[in-house]
Amino acid sequence: MGSDQSRLGFYLLLAPILLWLIVLIILPHVGLFLVSISEKIGPREYETGFDNYAAFFSEPLYWRTFARTAIMSIMATALTLILGFPIAYYIAKLTRGRTKTTLFLMCMIPFWVSELVRTFGWMILLRETGVISNILQYLGLVNGPIELLYNDAAIMVGLVYTSILFMVVPLVTTLDSLDDSLIEAGYDLGGTSTSIMREIVIPHAMPGIVSGCIVVFMLSLGNYLTPILLGGKDSLWFTGMIYTQFITRFNWELGSAFGFLLLGLSSLVVFLGLKFSGQSLSETMGRS
Amino acid sequence: MIPTVPQPVFAKWCYRAYVTVFFVYLALPLTVVCVFAFNNSVFPSLPWEGFTVAWFFGTEAPFIGVFNERSIMRSIGTSAFVAFWVSALAVAVGTCNAFLFVRHEFRGKALLYMLMLLPLIIPGVILGISILVFSSSVANTLEDATGLWFDGLRPGLILVILGQFSFITTFATLVISARLQKFDPSLEEAALNLGASKIGAVRQITLPFLLPAIVASAVVSVLMSFENFNTTLMLVGSDSPLTITMFDKLKQGSTPVLNAVSLLLIIVSAALGLLSLLFQNAKR
Repeated sequence: MGSDQSRLGFYLLLAPILLWLIVLIILPHVGLFLVSISEKIGPREYETGFDNYAAFFSEPLYWRTFARTAIMSIMATALTLILGFPIAYYIAKLTRGRTKTTLFLMCMIPFWVSELVRTFGWMILLRETGVISNILQYLGLVNGPIELLYNDAAIMVGLVYTSILFMVVPLVTTLDSLDDSLIEAGYDLGGTSTSIMREIVIPHAMPGIVSGCIVVFMLSLGNYLTPILLGGKDSLWFTGMIYTQFITRFNWELGSAFGFLLLGLSSLVVFLGLKFSGQSLSETMGRS
Repeated sequence: MIPTVPQPVFAKWCYRAYVTVFFVYLALPLTVVCVFAFNNSVFPSLPWEGFTVAWFFGTEAPFIGVFNERSIMRSIGTSAFVAFWVSALAVAVGTCNAFLFVRHEFRGKALLYMLMLLPLIIPGVILGISILVFSSSVANTLEDATGLWFDGLRPGLILVILGQFSFITTFATLVISARLQKFDPSLEEAALNLGASKIGAVRQITLPFLLPAIVASAVVSVLMSFENFNTTLMLVGSDSPLTITMFDKLKQGSTPVLNAVSLLLIIVSAALGLLSLLFQNAKR
């Protein structure tokens, strides 16, 4: 394969990927970083410095929103894991054949539908004139309409709903590969359901747990629609702040700094997750 | 807990009940969206005022159906236009990438592969703003240098297409590579031995083998492009795709016309999703 023709073919295949990665991924992020370290000192006059990052740390509203977004994303990830694991186990181990395919598809269908539609559904359910409020009144459990929307619990419900598939799919894949006879052997050797779960099933499912958690955390952190539509006026989300700086306030320098901080946090979590589980990015992402 | 090991009946039923509740939770939001598309009321909420299809076909205000609401129809057109180009570009580049990663060994391959996966871990909003910032600064530089206008680099459909393309290509690459890896190279060698040219062999033997994966990734790309919100939000100009139009209407307070659009979206996206699975699982 050393001929000139195959070399030419190689470069022709290399061109599109380089063009794509350099023009649309690498250069824009370098540009974003350069804007984030420039300070406006006059009309169309800039100088380099870290003022935008200093502004982030000195203004409590900014870093509190950042911390809040991170903490709520961690909670959403934990909740998704706790709720999703039994479902994945049920699909992988307790069903087979057609039932298994059907259940799996039923899990997937909501996620092919736009996130906007899903969030809209939750708004119809949760708002003051919504379905749940009406049902509760009809049953006589509450007097008068109650507002379930515009609070942190609503955001949490929406976040878990939006990302649970990305937990269930990798978990089903890894649990599927666990041989039933290993679990049987565990019982034969006198293990209880809890100890078998702890010593056989969970260690085996660890790669799936890690990739699920990474993806869910990233999706929650970068989510815009769910916190904006389901959250109240004072439940801020960091992506919302980036949007405000860019589109409403037209302060691109500060917005870029915010963007970089968010990117830094999300990359850090991915890196730590991979490090602790000893996996590479390609295996983790290839699975989902 | 596996079928061959007996469990207490009570625990089994609790488990089943949980699984049932979970699937109800999954189905609930989509169900109410669909049901209220047929409510004869100007608000998508209870009480139920009777069945109507006015939110699809109605022509008189306030009951203007989806098919007669010009802003929604236009944004569906915009979304289709964007999705077509994103899908075409992503599949073309994805196919090239698959050949590059499966067929060639070169220095820096592992690094390039990792770079190719990066768009998956960059939040969509950041992808949007980075492309916005970069293209604006390129436009400013070019305009200062030449005195001409470069509107294509300002927020608008071209940037939306590029922004969506920048991460959807990764998915296309993964799907097509997976299929190419299963291809038996001796088939292509046989074609070469029988006198086919290199390009002829790829076109007549390899590409037909890849076709199911190519169609599947095209369908997935269309789906992802249609539904993308985060990246699009940052790059959109005056022509807004469907998700942006719906978001604006939702913020202003919604009428069941949004339920009607959503119902159509649910049907189309479920159909496309199933179609992509069928093609991905196609065996020869």
